[in-house]
Amino acid sequence: MADELVKIITDYVIDEYLEEDDDIEVKPDTPLISSGIVDSFSMVSLKRFLEKKYKISIPDDKATPQAFDTVNKIVALVREYTR
Amino acid sequence: MAYGQFKDFLNSELSGIRDAGLHKEERYIHSPQAADISVEFPSGAATADVINFCANNYLGLSSHPKVLEAAHHGLTERGYGMSSVRFICGTQDIHRELEIKMSHFLGMEDTILFGSCLDANAAVFEVLLDSQDAIIADKLVHASIVDGMRLSKAQQYIFKHMNMSHLEQKLQEAQECRFRMITTDGVFSMDGDIAPLDEICDLAEKYDAMVMVDDSHATGFVGKTGRGTHEMKGVMGRVDVITTTLGKALGGASGGCISAHREMVALLRQRARPYLFSNAVPPVIVSAANAVLDLISESTERRDKLEWNTMYFREQMGKAGLDIRPGTHSIVPVMLYNAKLASEFARDMYYEGIYVVGFFYPVVPAGQARIRVQISADHEKEHLDKAVAAFAKIGAKHGIIGLGKKEIIEKFGM
Repeated sequence: MADELVKIITDYVIDEYLEEDDDIEVKPDTPLISSGIVDSFSMVSLKRFLEKKYKISIPDDKATPQAFDTVNKIVALVREYTR
Repeated sequence: MAYGQFKDFLNSELSGIRDAGLHKEERYIHSPQAADISVEFPSGAATADVINFCANNYLGLSSHPKVLEAAHHGLTERGYGMSSVRFICGTQDIHRELEIKMSHFLGMEDTILFGSCLDANAAVFEVLLDSQDAIIADKLVHASIVDGMRLSKAQQYIFKHMNMSHLEQKLQEAQECRFRMITTDGVFSMDGDIAPLDEICDLAEKYDAMVMVDDSHATGFVGKTGRGTHEMKGVMGRVDVITTTLGKALGGASGGCISAHREMVALLRQRARPYLFSNAVPPVIVSAANAVLDLISESTERRDKLEWNTMYFREQMGKAGLDIRPGTHSIVPVMLYNAKLASEFARDMYYEGIYVVGFFYPVVPAGQARIRVQISADHEKEHLDKAVAAFAKIGAKHGIIGLGKKEIIEKFGM
């Protein structure tokens, strides 16, 4: 389940935020927002994707750049709100 | 005392900015804005005559005699300030004249003036859209559009920069929303990229969406007669909202506007907070702007000269071995990638008599530092040749001539 989540979220990040010629490897602990791969302006689409895909609601005050900064952190957030 | 601790916090932030090499310093200009200016830098130094290559003075109208004459006339005939917001007692006949003239110039039904295009962008989404609606924005839209979107409660969809497949995907995702509005810069201010408005309008029609364009870096000189990006891309009449500024090509003082369908403008006049709660554009600026629109409607001479200047400069810079972003717009980014390099390069250019500024994070993404050269119709060929020679000389000094992105980053880091 965790592996599947990591893959789904990683694939989404790559499709949604990276350009075809971007030479960036996205690993589970790769900083996404603090590195600039995902800017805070674009973060809204990730929140919407997670909420729709997993039928959860993430409060705005929890949807912070820190909480979304790595795939592993995002997985933890999804698991917290699917309990 | 509360401020003591806060003061320490602020000083810590400022030190952080300086340590990162991101501190912006202002230089003092002792002359009107033009191609040739007199600058005091550093503070206290004797003034130096330099050529300005970083103003949005695209048509060279910032200090044009006819613009100054119209401004003087406006001061005499209509006074200095309105001391009022528009709806109370801040609207003169010349405000209405300018809104009508701008509407005709852009090919739109009506126009509403604001203190700046930043204010216009802050107003437009909040009034026209709410939480049932979608704003679908290019990733690199101007900061004022980002702020305007945040003020609105509309749902935000972001598409990769000028990527039409990704835009189409976002339009499909947003079909469940009540109304959809695509928003883009007409010309992107840091790159000089020109939005594919024709393709955007096609997609908008296919997916039942409106189109909003911030044309601040286009109004007055992009397109055969300078109407803007919509003219260049053959979509006049297909764009729903245009925001633009009087503070760049159209005189360079201040002021902005939204030009749109009649009903949109009517509602904005009733509800736009920057319009309701901020002073009317001063008569002097309105008078000058009216004269500017007359000037550029009568003749395309200035935009034609700008076009030639731009083409010539881009060609020469390419031959000189600088890494410039490809394009046709008068914004010509000289890519340096490293913030410190961009800063030092700009300083060295100043001592060669060329005034340019380094741009780095957060103004552009980290690792994408550049010098953004802006060409003007006020530049003569000698100005352009001097700039190219200076870029070549300083480029050689820093060892970047003929190098591309990969090599420059390898040498200097990001």
